[in-house]
Amino acid sequence: MSTFDKMLLCSLQKGIVTSTIDKQKLEQVGLELKKIIARRFSRSFNIREVDTGSCGACESEIIAANNPIYDISRFGVNFVASPRHADALLVTGPVSLNMVLALQKTYAAMPEPKLVITAGDCAKDGGLFKASYYVKGGVNSVLPVAIHIPGCPPTPLTIIKYLLGLLKSL
Amino acid sequence: MAYKQFLNEIQSKYSLASDRIEELNGNEIYIHVKPDDFFNYCFALHEELPSTVMALFAKEEGSIFRIYCSFIGIKLKKWFWVTIDIAKDHPHFNSIAKKIYSANLFEREIREMFGIESIGNPDIRRLHLHEEVWPSGAYPLRKDFIAPKTIKGSGEYEFTKVEGEGIFEVPVGPVHAGIIGPGHFRFSVAGEPIINLEIRLGFTHRGIEKLMENKLPAEALLLAECTAGDAAFSHSLAFCQAIERICKISVPDRSEKIRALFLELERMYNHVADIGGIALDVGFSQPAALASIIKESIQQLNDKLTGNRFLKGVNCIGGINKDINFDQEKIIIDTLALVRHDFETLKKMLLSSVSFLDRVDTTGVLKKKTAEDFGVLGPAGRASGIDQDLRADFPGIYADLAFKKLILGSGDVLARLNIRIHEFEQADNLICEILTKLPINKKLTFIPEKCPAGFALGYVESWRGSVLYWININHDGKIDRCKIVDPSFRNWQGLAYAVYENIIPDFPVCNKSFNLSYAGNDL
Repeated sequence: MSTFDKMLLCSLQKGIVTSTIDKQKLEQVGLELKKIIARRFSRSFNIREVDTGSCGACESEIIAANNPIYDISRFGVNFVASPRHADALLVTGPVSLNMVLALQKTYAAMPEPKLVITAGDCAKDGGLFKASYYVKGGVNSVLPVAIHIPGCPPTPLTIIKYLLGLLKSL
Repeated sequence: MAYKQFLNEIQSKYSLASDRIEELNGNEIYIHVKPDDFFNYCFALHEELPSTVMALFAKEEGSIFRIYCSFIGIKLKKWFWVTIDIAKDHPHFNSIAKKIYSANLFEREIREMFGIESIGNPDIRRLHLHEEVWPSGAYPLRKDFIAPKTIKGSGEYEFTKVEGEGIFEVPVGPVHAGIIGPGHFRFSVAGEPIINLEIRLGFTHRGIEKLMENKLPAEALLLAECTAGDAAFSHSLAFCQAIERICKISVPDRSEKIRALFLELERMYNHVADIGGIALDVGFSQPAALASIIKESIQQLNDKLTGNRFLKGVNCIGGINKDINFDQEKIIIDTLALVRHDFETLKKMLLSSVSFLDRVDTTGVLKKKTAEDFGVLGPAGRASGIDQDLRADFPGIYADLAFKKLILGSGDVLARLNIRIHEFEQADNLICEILTKLPINKKLTFIPEKCPAGFALGYVESWRGSVLYWININHDGKIDRCKIVDPSFRNWQGLAYAVYENIIPDFPVCNKSFNLSYAGNDL
């Protein structure tokens, strides 16, 4: 074991004193998610993320879902770099006029069958930005949406829970 | 009245005249001049203070447009505003960007939002309202603007074309490979080195400044928090401070200090995320993982203290909503002790790795002159030798805390990394110091009944640089105009020059070392 591995292991084992997340709940939801993904998606459920006008907080929480604490990838959920590799599109933010075409093109580049998930209150119907001259509305004004993850922004645990809800309903 | 003497001196040196000079809100000097004198007056302040353009924007004032241009007087501890009135018939003013380049983006913004020409500025491309989707002649920030029923484009944006043998273009975005906001990067490459990078932004434009209009301050505060999500606290603080200055209320001491504490917590979780990002972008994933654990612990601390991982909903006009009780003080101290230990490990991992240092040392150099010209501020500016940090220059909530700004000069990724490491550790110290000095107030807020008419500037040194909110309240107590300047707006140009002559594989690490907001820039 290298020094770095030791250092990392040491910090990981220590845990976080301030932890506010329900570890048991996370493990339970995660394992259920893992089972469904194993059965329905041959162990990997791939998501492409697109920001159509979010403030960046939703992105931050999606990134947090990938950190070693939540580590969503151990349940089979991967965030991929290209829509060509994706089973689902995860969209955040109200749809700015500038992003309509990019959103449509990203969706078109995905192989069938495909799903659209929205995260954060803005993505549902435009949220705070609904009345703006430059916002087309929620993501559902451009693409068919399978499920919405509420929150401003949704926490990593909420994201994992709603993903489970979605995959259960398929 | 040192500033009066200063103004007299520059007026005689540059033979300038002003119609009236007013001092408002304690440290804002408004100098109203004739349109013909605008360029000379701005140039004199720019040279003599010296200062980059901090903000430049227009405002509709009944039958005229008023232009406001702001400079910062660090030594004089004042904000200087030069204002001119221009007629609505063929509105125009003399471009100041010809000599003061940091005004360029602001002039382009005024042009697209108000249809006011800046005569002499050759760059008339739009920033936020993309030609492909927005018609010409529709100016959203004018009061008589009605959103067009059918949206139709009016042309296509033209990128700078670099010509020559063997030069090829690499277009990237707006949808990137990572989990990040949208923007388009057009690299022109000769072999490996980048010889031009043009960044086209505006993809997340949501029209926040227009949405702010005719809202009560308490409603608009929610929008301020969603301007740039990772700097939600800085934005809401700058917003609240502007309103508090208009209302002439002073916030209870305890609330001021708790505000400083939260601002430093925000700085900590973002800086450590960037430090991890820099490591990740050169393929060094272990420290990146550790950094994300540290970030998570600070965000969970935020959640414990305020019920929100991004400190949203903490600030309110007149103070704060969340107090820190004795138990929470202990939680802060315990968490920071652990965080400090992890951070030491992280620092050791990074700074003892020769191959890591080799990747960041002398990579992505932003020269001081370039940073000055573009008005790059914040950690990126300080890494290039720009001596400006609002926490030291206009202490406010940092008064009586042991704060010292760090200025480096090499301007490379390593310098920006070192600034972040330093500011992270300093934030930790500041928080501990604040906890020992927390004054006891029963009341945490002085909420004004109704906001009087007036205008003021709110300013905060966020983790990314200076966040400015200039707000004008009308007689109904509602917002008439709110100008937001996020540090990203000025710093993106710095990135475009920092990558010059670097190779494309080093672009991600250069980008991460600036870590600018798409949403804050695009508004």
